[in-house]
Amino acid sequence: MTASVLYDAPGPAARRRTMISSIVAGVIILAVVVVVALRLAAQGQFTADRWGPLFNPFHQYFAAIWTLLGNALVATLLAAAVTLVLSLVIGTAFTVTRVTANKYYRWLVVGVIEFLRGVPVVIAIFFASRVLPEFGVSLPIFWYLVIGLTAYNSVIIAEIIRAGIASLPRGQAEAGYSVGLTRWQVLSSILLPQAFRVMLPALISQLVVIVKDTSLGFIISYEEFVRTANIIIQTTRNPIQTYLVVALIFIVVNFALGKLAEYVERRSSRARKTAAAPADPTLVDTGAAGGG
Amino acid sequence: MGVIIEQFPLYVSGFLTTLRLVLIAGVLSIILGTIIAAFRVSPVPPLRLVGTGWVTVFRNTPLAVVLFATAFGLPEIGVNSSYFVFGVLGLVLYTSAFVCEAIRSGINSVSAGQAEAARAVGLTFGQSLSLIVLPQAFRTVIPPLGSVLIAMIKNSAIAGAFGIGGDLFANGVQLTSAQGYSAAGVLFGVMLGYLVLTIPGGILLGVLERKLAVAR
Repeated sequence: MTASVLYDAPGPAARRRTMISSIVAGVIILAVVVVVALRLAAQGQFTADRWGPLFNPFHQYFAAIWTLLGNALVATLLAAAVTLVLSLVIGTAFTVTRVTANKYYRWLVVGVIEFLRGVPVVIAIFFASRVLPEFGVSLPIFWYLVIGLTAYNSVIIAEIIRAGIASLPRGQAEAGYSVGLTRWQVLSSILLPQAFRVMLPALISQLVVIVKDTSLGFIISYEEFVRTANIIIQTTRNPIQTYLVVALIFIVVNFALGKLAEYVERRSSRARKTAAAPADPTLVDTGAAGGG
Repeated sequence: MGVIIEQFPLYVSGFLTTLRLVLIAGVLSIILGTIIAAFRVSPVPPLRLVGTGWVTVFRNTPLAVVLFATAFGLPEIGVNSSYFVFGVLGLVLYTSAFVCEAIRSGINSVSAGQAEAARAVGLTFGQSLSLIVLPQAFRTVIPPLGSVLIAMIKNSAIAGAFGIGGDLFANGVQLTSAQGYSAAGVLFGVMLGYLVLTIPGGILLGVLERKLAVAR
């Protein structure tokens, strides 16, 4: 708990102060909520018209809307899963190339990684959907989204795995070499498997970013949540309510993934008490803040 | 690639709009994020609740959803404004959650003895936070805060895709769809525009990180 760093266990006077500020803060927050609610009510945001299509099972649009939202969820998870698998494969390949690359062409690998990392994902997706057809590669929209997302996420995953390898004690690689393994054998049978384990929490956190970024599919009309929501509100005219539901779905999915990452991290740091200090995944610039 | 030279003024104006968007949103997100971080570490439970809720909501919701919810939702309750303002607002709401987490991790990295010493000489919570803890936290915060801001530069393209108009991405889209230039050249130029901001940003961050590094 951060609290203990910043203040002592409160005495009677401090407890009283905290109580008073709590009440004041609580009242102010409540007041804000009430003002917003009144404003919403004044604009007719609490009518059955607005909420019915989403929450009243007997509403004429209810079934259609939830079918659309269900399809959007499948579309989102499918795109995220395929992106994750491809990014893991390509990201590992990037790491291996970068680690084993001869210094005469390592700059090329680093250049590609920096380029892909610096370009906005939304542009990578748009680029895939516009440029590939110009070169005669026509794919279903799904693949343009996956290609755009993979272009970005594979280099992030490459960085995560590289950080994982860097966090391993040198003795691991040295032991491998000393028993006569080649560079490739050391990497594939000693370093990579351990790096994956160390960085598992960071990899799960990256999945949250991927899930969020699938929402960028709307610019190429992939029917994920944003596009679906925009289609729904053309009929129901309730943007606030629809986006609230969409946001809630994202929050539930991503919150669960975040908790899973925390759980895995706690478990692995317990299991590794005696080994080298684990790498702090938060120190890796995973661009977790990135994407949309 | 000829398009980059032919349409150079359009690229420059797009770049400047993006830069304006990024600067405004960046400053506001840092201010708002710091406030939320102060909420999250404050001794007052309702404020902590607001801080935690804020971060949970905006960190787990995609920026595209935040942007559309702001742009379509606010007019519904009678708040009308330009798409640029909605774009800034969406970016600020979203980024502030990440700024908050970066700052909070910095506060956590300040050793307990510092805050204890501050309390021992009788500083109040506000004083020890603003005079002792935050100045030290900001140094550790530079790397994560920097990556948050670089991510925000890239995220500004989403605001462009959503339609604030006149920024790098929007101008690029206009060149490909309305003026019929080949997408490869146009979008390559757009990417360069963003790379001009993100790559030097990353290098600067690396330099700062080395300079400000403190042994703890």
